[in-house]
Amino acid sequence: MPVPETIAKPGSGVETDTGTGRPQTADEVLRPHAEHAFAHELAALAAADDRPRPARWRLSPWAVATYLLGGTLPDGTVVTPKYVGPRRIVEVAVTTLATDRALLLLGVPGTAKTWVSEHLAAAVSGDSTLLVQGTAGTPEEAVRYGWNYARLLAHGPSEDALVPSPVMRAMSQGTTARVEELTRIPADVQDGLITILSEKTLPVPELGQEVQAVPGFNLIATANDRDRGVNELSSALRRRFNTVVLPLPATPEAEVDIVARRVEQLGRSLELPVLPDGVDEIRRVVTVFRELRDGVTTDGRTKVKSPSGTLSTAEAISVVTGGLALAAHFGDGVLRPGDIAAGILGAVVRDPAADRTVWQEYLETVVRERDGWKDFYRACREVSA
Amino acid sequence: MTCAATAPRTPRPPDPPPASGALRGEPLLLGVRHHGPGSARGVRAALEAARPAAVLVEGPAEADALVALAADPDMRPPVALLAHAVDDPGRAAFWPMAEFSPEWVAIRWALDHGAAVRFVDLPAAHTLAAADPTWRDEGDGEEEVSGGPRIDPVAELAGAAGYEDAERWWEDVVELRGDGDPTAPFEALAEAMGALRETYGDGGHPRDLIREAHMRLKLRAARKEFGDSVAVVCGAWHVPALARRTTVAADKALLKGLPRAKAELTWVPWTHRRLARRSGYGAGIDAPGWYGHLFAAPDRPVERWMTKVAGLLRAEDHPVSSAHVIEAVRLAETLAALRGRPRPGLDETTDAIRAVLCEGSDVPLGLVRDRLVVGDVLGEVPAGAPAVPLQRDLDRRRRALRLKPEAQERELGLDLRKETDGERSRLLHRLRLLGVPWGEPAAGRAGTGTFRETWRLRWEPELHVRVAEAGVWGTTVEAAATARAESRALAATALGDITALAEQCLLAGLGDALPVVMRALADRAALDTDVAHLAQALPALARALRYGDVRGTGTEALGEVAAGIAERICVGLPPACAGLDTDAAAQMRERLDDVHTAIGLLPDRPDLVDRWAGVLRRLADRDRTPGVLRGRAARLLLDEGRTADGEAALLMSRALSPGTPPADAAAWIDGFVGGASGGGLLLVHDERLLGLVDAWLTSVPAGAFTDVLPLLRRTFSGYEQGVRRSLGELVARGPRPGGPGPSAPGVPGFAPDPDPERADAVLPLLHLILGTEALA
Repeated sequence: MPVPETIAKPGSGVETDTGTGRPQTADEVLRPHAEHAFAHELAALAAADDRPRPARWRLSPWAVATYLLGGTLPDGTVVTPKYVGPRRIVEVAVTTLATDRALLLLGVPGTAKTWVSEHLAAAVSGDSTLLVQGTAGTPEEAVRYGWNYARLLAHGPSEDALVPSPVMRAMSQGTTARVEELTRIPADVQDGLITILSEKTLPVPELGQEVQAVPGFNLIATANDRDRGVNELSSALRRRFNTVVLPLPATPEAEVDIVARRVEQLGRSLELPVLPDGVDEIRRVVTVFRELRDGVTTDGRTKVKSPSGTLSTAEAISVVTGGLALAAHFGDGVLRPGDIAAGILGAVVRDPAADRTVWQEYLETVVRERDGWKDFYRACREVSA
Repeated sequence: MTCAATAPRTPRPPDPPPASGALRGEPLLLGVRHHGPGSARGVRAALEAARPAAVLVEGPAEADALVALAADPDMRPPVALLAHAVDDPGRAAFWPMAEFSPEWVAIRWALDHGAAVRFVDLPAAHTLAAADPTWRDEGDGEEEVSGGPRIDPVAELAGAAGYEDAERWWEDVVELRGDGDPTAPFEALAEAMGALRETYGDGGHPRDLIREAHMRLKLRAARKEFGDSVAVVCGAWHVPALARRTTVAADKALLKGLPRAKAELTWVPWTHRRLARRSGYGAGIDAPGWYGHLFAAPDRPVERWMTKVAGLLRAEDHPVSSAHVIEAVRLAETLAALRGRPRPGLDETTDAIRAVLCEGSDVPLGLVRDRLVVGDVLGEVPAGAPAVPLQRDLDRRRRALRLKPEAQERELGLDLRKETDGERSRLLHRLRLLGVPWGEPAAGRAGTGTFRETWRLRWEPELHVRVAEAGVWGTTVEAAATARAESRALAATALGDITALAEQCLLAGLGDALPVVMRALADRAALDTDVAHLAQALPALARALRYGDVRGTGTEALGEVAAGIAERICVGLPPACAGLDTDAAAQMRERLDDVHTAIGLLPDRPDLVDRWAGVLRRLADRDRTPGVLRGRAARLLLDEGRTADGEAALLMSRALSPGTPPADAAAWIDGFVGGASGGGLLLVHDERLLGLVDAWLTSVPAGAFTDVLPLLRRTFSGYEQGVRRSLGELVARGPRPGGPGPSAPGVPGFAPDPDPERADAVLPLLHLILGTEALA
């Protein structure tokens, strides 16, 4: 069944990305799609790529992996890395798509799930816009199809009156569809995906027809794994996905880098004055977050309890940004321990009873003894008291 | 090939062409990678094809006598050849062999086919005399006996082939090869090693030259005995050296004057875990379970592996369907194609298991790693194997300490201040740690100090078996007990268990195990969320610190850990004390007392004592804390002299103020002056406090009075009779005119002012008792 192509494309959901090498080309739109922003890289890869491609793929799996991980092509074109992280993850993700299984990207906020999914879709299908943004109110029409009611009333059910969802369009075109925040979507709407993923078909009983997926169709979903309780995936749906968990940055340096870069970008858009020497405090925030998250100190010698909060990179960014605002507007213009202490306390202590003990234990057993952390310790004691 | 031609042929598909040398009437040199299943398969195929009359294996020459045991039905790999110096069982070396080790395969093939087996490496007598390879040092000792050169030849070859990861290269070229000619790699490998040896010589390992000289001599002897029908299974690294032509005289000259030690050998059971930890070539058996699987699987190794994994996950209640397994295999295979590998290796299968079977989670994956990739396999050794060195060490020690193994039970009193008795105590404690309960500690005579111990000794025959079992842990009692304690520390989950273990380690004088135990203790303490557990652990530690001092064991680490736990208690105690019911509060009160005593015992930590006082103050001040704990905290502060003048009275009057529920106030009184800790005397001597109690008591409404009476009765009935009488007299006399005040004169039976002369008369006796006469 042909599907009309004239639907306005849904806006792409923007999640905090890790800021890895995204060029800021702002021609007419604020943020161009990946396939436009990196068109030259995709073209160069396609030209250099002589490996077998799955049906309707623009590139071979190897070239897709190269597109995400970066590299230099034989003709000298430099492919920028889109994802900085374990190679394994990208390889598993690309292979999953090549084996015709749906891909579920899990991770805490700020681990570049959306970013990876967009670039995967752009590299595989050349189109990252077939997107369903999952919310608590996502209707069934968003994953199946809807109706143009004016036409429906005027002419009765017909193909012309049908409004296909991005998923339906991807099925008929043999391209990649994306579902953002899958676990926010109500369970009954999620279930609509099961037939699509297992039978690869979408019946339209009103017309006595069906849309059968053509080779090349696949689906990439993202979900926040701290959200599991919201609308946990049924095991039937879960079984249709290969799951890839996107990790938090592996090294403190990488995380400091990400935080510093994002803080700078945010600071510019919030028009905060540029502060000197913030890196030390950023490093401190990242260290505290990582140690509490991992349950062990950076030197690996002392174990610590982990609080109930996520303590993701995204939260570290907001703690530092908040501290910057404090320092700029109420402080002496230098980011000091006192400016971030309150923010850290707020991020760590989510559960007033248990987390407070965890935090104090951490302060007393780790922070107090550490060289050069005296100010920070004092500031934290002040806000904790 | 004469042998192969005459021997009956097994009905096999056309034999692969024999490996290098065999056709030219030369010994068959099979260079292997220790513990490589691909090598093992190749060795088996090559032996099947060549059918040599003798198989020479890289291993200590003395082991020839033990080789028959390998055919024993009770012998199950993984096992290890253990050589130890007779006069010093602590000096030992191991040659571990798994089912998939080429050496083991060669030995079994030879035994099954009636071929002779000779071990050709340098005798352990020399190895042990030259070096001191013990259980404890990770790299060196082991490396030397199993032939790992300092340069890693596999890494060199992988580097030359453009691989970053040596392991992966090896998997690709050897382990993951299809069903093609299994002997082909030997030739290629020998050639490659030849090139490496030309470049690197002995690879930074001069001992190799001596070992190879010995191997050549043994090879010559074997060829004299068996003709050319001889196969050699040794590390690929040695193949070029064995093929080299040298003179007998030159080889003998190399072996001249080597030091000798009297060595004995035996088989000991080994485990996959230990294979993973201590390895010959270092890399290569991080995954003994996986390698064992590759070796054992007749075909379709990936499919079989995934099925195994699914079985394990199902047994652990992870829902895994056949569809999952199919998808996992597909993913692994496509992943291998993407990565340009011939077949899925461990990396690809693990990635596929994570993405499909474990739904992205590392938790079930950890289980797969632990149970399958490494594996739980435990080897077995027949009962006929020679005694383990541990038994020998135990006998020696026993004789030195004049302890006879007697079936009759007898009691043994030890005075730990004497050296022999101290050693005896340590030996018995170590044996207990090893699960050899020769002696059981008995309740000693009443009033014994920390330097006395009483044991009940009884040697039963099955203890021999226990000693043999404990042989897995080490070759001397001390080393074995240390290893066992460390392993138990890592396995223990409850904080109390580790604390007890720490105490045992101190008693047994296992200073070497302490760092590991302390580390485990600190980790558990950091993660334990129940402050009561910590509070329970601390007194034992403080006690252990004192024992340690008596026995002269280093206790620095222990002190640190104890201080760390005390810190955590300081942080966690106030919230943990909020909102407790009566029973829980009573328990917490005991903990509070214990911790208070324990913190006082911790040496050199005045800052901690200060912090603890701060905690007590917070407890005493907080309304949400049950009355009994508040009262107790106030009392401890008072006893420590940490209250300002009159502060105790202030706290009491606040606790007993009219708005407070009478039951709570009575509990406060119980906490403050209850128990046999001199609370009564406090009331006798501080009339202001007594006045407060008195005033409160008279103001309790009649209805509530019967409620608080049992508690009050319990509080006051604990006092000695004299104290009770004094209190009664004071109350009967009524408040002194002029208002209540501390240390009020006029207590019945006391003069208004102290009489210094009468007080001084006590001093000589006190000095005598305390032994301070010289100072006086």
